[in-house]
Amino acid sequence: MDLASAKMIGAGLAGIGVGAAAIGVGIVFGQFLNSAIRNPAAADGQQGRLFIGFAAAELLGLMAFVVAMMIMFM
Amino acid sequence: MAAEARIDPMHQFQINPLAGNLDGSPFVFTNSAMWMLIVLALIGLFMLGGMKRQLVPGRWQAMVEGVTGFVHNMLSTSVGPEGKKFVPWVFTVFMFILFANLIGLMPFALAGVHPFTVTSQFTITGILAILSFSIVVITGLWRHKLHFFSLFVPHGTPFVLKLLIVPIELISFLVRPFSLAIRLFVAMIAGHILVEVFANFVVQGLNAGGAAGPAISVVSFLFIMGVMALELLVCAIQAYVFALLTSLYINDAVNLH
Repeated sequence: MDLASAKMIGAGLAGIGVGAAAIGVGIVFGQFLNSAIRNPAAADGQQGRLFIGFAAAELLGLMAFVVAMMIMFM
Repeated sequence: MAAEARIDPMHQFQINPLAGNLDGSPFVFTNSAMWMLIVLALIGLFMLGGMKRQLVPGRWQAMVEGVTGFVHNMLSTSVGPEGKKFVPWVFTVFMFILFANLIGLMPFALAGVHPFTVTSQFTITGILAILSFSIVVITGLWRHKLHFFSLFVPHGTPFVLKLLIVPIELISFLVRPFSLAIRLFVAMIAGHILVEVFANFVVQGLNAGGAAGPAISVVSFLFIMGVMALELLVCAIQAYVFALLTSLYINDAVNLH
């Protein structure tokens, strides 16, 4: 296998991480909705924490994207 | 468009000199600088329109007061009464990122002008993150002197665990500016690349002809519309997340824990 095609395969494998982060973001928002429906009065106060969790989960997915881009273009 | 449409999604992030050249002089006026000035002018217009200090606010003033109140609220909930001092910086960062993100999405290309997303450059977001981080460090050292370093030692940890936890806390503290900067610029780049790639599918589908080509174009176009709506949301969320995390880090520096 030559280097160029190995690079492309590697970038594709790194892209799997983005999908994993999608699961994480889904869990964050899903769990928030789950508990917000149980206690709607307390939901608005927790929105800051919701977005912190979202940011943490999303960052790791974006890292996977960065790795894929670095493999492809550097 | 030419029949040979080549997918080059990175082209839109290129920095082109508008005056001077990139190799020679140290100060070059680039398209990035021009769009930053445009963002600044728009923020100025937005603020000037709303700073009339009327007792009964009109529509515009209510809009501006909504944004300032939003940032003020965010800081007072996460930092407390001390947070009021940091409203100017967090507000500046929030407005700059929000406007720069939104400007990058605007369809100025219909008029032949290609908007440049300022926040898609690591240099810009890196500087914003470093400024936020240095505000945190300077405030912490100023207020608590060397006691600031107790931030890395959680209360009531057994000594054996401290050996493990202090390095972890230190690393997670030092990584903060990188995570702030990388999150913003990658989120912007990823969205723009996605739109660009699917825009290429539209063109290539039309060029391919046959029965399937135009159908693929239509599907891609509908997908682009959905992605654009999502991107508008992401623009606002990224600005909000940057401001929120900055205020949380400021909370660490002001109140320790």
